[in-house]
Amino acid sequence: MFAEILRRLVATIPVMGVVAIAVFALLHVTPGDPAVIIAGDYATTDDIARIRTRLGLDQPFHVQVGLWLSRIVRGDLGTSIFSGLPVSTLIGQRAATTIWLTLFAMLISVGVGVPIGVLAAWRKGSWLDRAVMVFAVSGFSMPTFWLGFILVYVFAITAGWLPVQGYHPIAAGVWPFLSHLILPALTLSVVYMALIARMTRASMLGVLDEDYIRTAFAKGLAPRGVLIRHALKNASLPVVTIIGIGFALLIGGAVVTESVFALPGLGRLTVDAIVRRDYPVIQGVLLVVSGVYVLINLVVDVLYVILDPRIRY
Amino acid sequence: MAVRATDAGTLAAEATVARPAARARRLLARQPTFAAGLAVLFAVLAVGVFAPLWWTGDPLQMKPAQRLQQPSAERWFGSDHFGRDVYTRTVYGARVSLLVGAAVSLVSLALGTTLGLVIGFYRRLDTVMMRVMDGLMAIPAILLALALMAMMRGSVRNVIIALVIPEIPRVIRLVRASVLSLREHTMVEAARALGVGTPRILLRYILPALVAPLIVQATYIGASAILFEAYLSFLGAGTPPHIPSWGNIMAEGKTYVQLAFWIILFPGLFLALTVLAINLVGDGLRDLLNVRG
Repeated sequence: MFAEILRRLVATIPVMGVVAIAVFALLHVTPGDPAVIIAGDYATTDDIARIRTRLGLDQPFHVQVGLWLSRIVRGDLGTSIFSGLPVSTLIGQRAATTIWLTLFAMLISVGVGVPIGVLAAWRKGSWLDRAVMVFAVSGFSMPTFWLGFILVYVFAITAGWLPVQGYHPIAAGVWPFLSHLILPALTLSVVYMALIARMTRASMLGVLDEDYIRTAFAKGLAPRGVLIRHALKNASLPVVTIIGIGFALLIGGAVVTESVFALPGLGRLTVDAIVRRDYPVIQGVLLVVSGVYVLINLVVDVLYVILDPRIRY
Repeated sequence: MAVRATDAGTLAAEATVARPAARARRLLARQPTFAAGLAVLFAVLAVGVFAPLWWTGDPLQMKPAQRLQQPSAERWFGSDHFGRDVYTRTVYGARVSLLVGAAVSLVSLALGTTLGLVIGFYRRLDTVMMRVMDGLMAIPAILLALALMAMMRGSVRNVIIALVIPEIPRVIRLVRASVLSLREHTMVEAARALGVGTPRILLRYILPALVAPLIVQATYIGASAILFEAYLSFLGAGTPPHIPSWGNIMAEGKTYVQLAFWIILFPGLFLALTVLAINLVGDGLRDLLNVRG
């Protein structure tokens, strides 16, 4: 199995190579001169020339790609045009917020999504099942930022229970930290929760018809035990897949959520960089986030083998 | 999906119904959410296309004396910080959303299907291209679209381009998977034995089998494109600010959440309902056309 894990790890190298080249090629996606676009509308010829040299845009394309690849292999993501700080430092400063936000959102969506999916499948056709399905399709259609504003309006502005926006690091105390993350994490989790509930229900429906489930019930086992130990365990593969794929959804949602709640995370960093056309920062974030996505899906692949010993690559 | 005996029975009964209108009515009755989605979608379409007819004014007209007014009999959705009518702007905003949704799903399907057919059929291309697709799909779609917008001038056309590019690898993957399974099908083998050329096999034998899954996919792409357009505009990297789009109206309203919540409430409601309607239509079509997944 370890050889297998190693093989999968090696297989991620070409994927990351494609990501790196694609992220670089983004600079050249428009027909114009990237230095002119990055410099903005009010730049002088000198500014443009400086940016061109600084980003190595005066080199031939293949040399630029080579330089870029050799830099990122050494862990050098370049420096921000706007702040002059290394991109890796900027990402390091902002990563914690985004990690907490996505982690909490992930916990909420799995913690609620899986149980309601199981219950809906168990009571198929009941009002509970219908309610879960209505939630699944409407939650998936919900504009994240709009939901965020609704929650802010209800729980922060009208009720006054939670802060409207902002962020406090965990060092500032547990409650200030948590209270600033509850609404953002809830906002971010809804789309994902809907997806997980729907997937869990579908997967459970496939398993509940099996003979061994009937046998387990016939033996007089408690429904809870049958649902969790016998059914959910066997229905968990597609759910785990969705959890891996859904990470991309969470990161995308985090960009928007951080903007609504003024959280200083990677999403804010990207949006600010886009407004300022700070291209090294944009490239750095894209690369790091995609790398994390590839790694998470690698972990999911390994989890497959653990959850279902029949799977051998 | 397994066809149950009852389904087979009703299907047989339906086949004997001569009038298509009656058949359509029966299908709609069996699929209430599909019917509801379709109704809302047509309503939004009517709202957008005939925007000037719905008792709207000029979406750009500013009345500084009437800033941030509450919803009332004259101003149904209130007014924004420039005194513009939120109702009028929301109605006109439907145009941008529907245009972007339709354009993104049509363009990405056309390009993705063409590429997917070719890649799926030529084994040599396949291995390399699928690694490339895996790489492109590892970049979260919204981040890729944002980065693309950073390099382009803000315009509706560029928003469409920025949303099509992340979508293409996903369509390619869907088409390729179907091509791979259909390629081994007996009918393709038979056609090959008769000397039918590859382009003809792709167009006459494989493409028709893809129509149903692609129609379903088109609705989901349209729904997510409408959401993404609003996200991009909300983040200030989408449709240019002078065009009233739902994302733009809400972006301008976000400073006034505490004072004038209606600026965000109404366009968001339209956005959520439209996306929900399209997703319901997609789910309905998936069941009706018997597409799995």
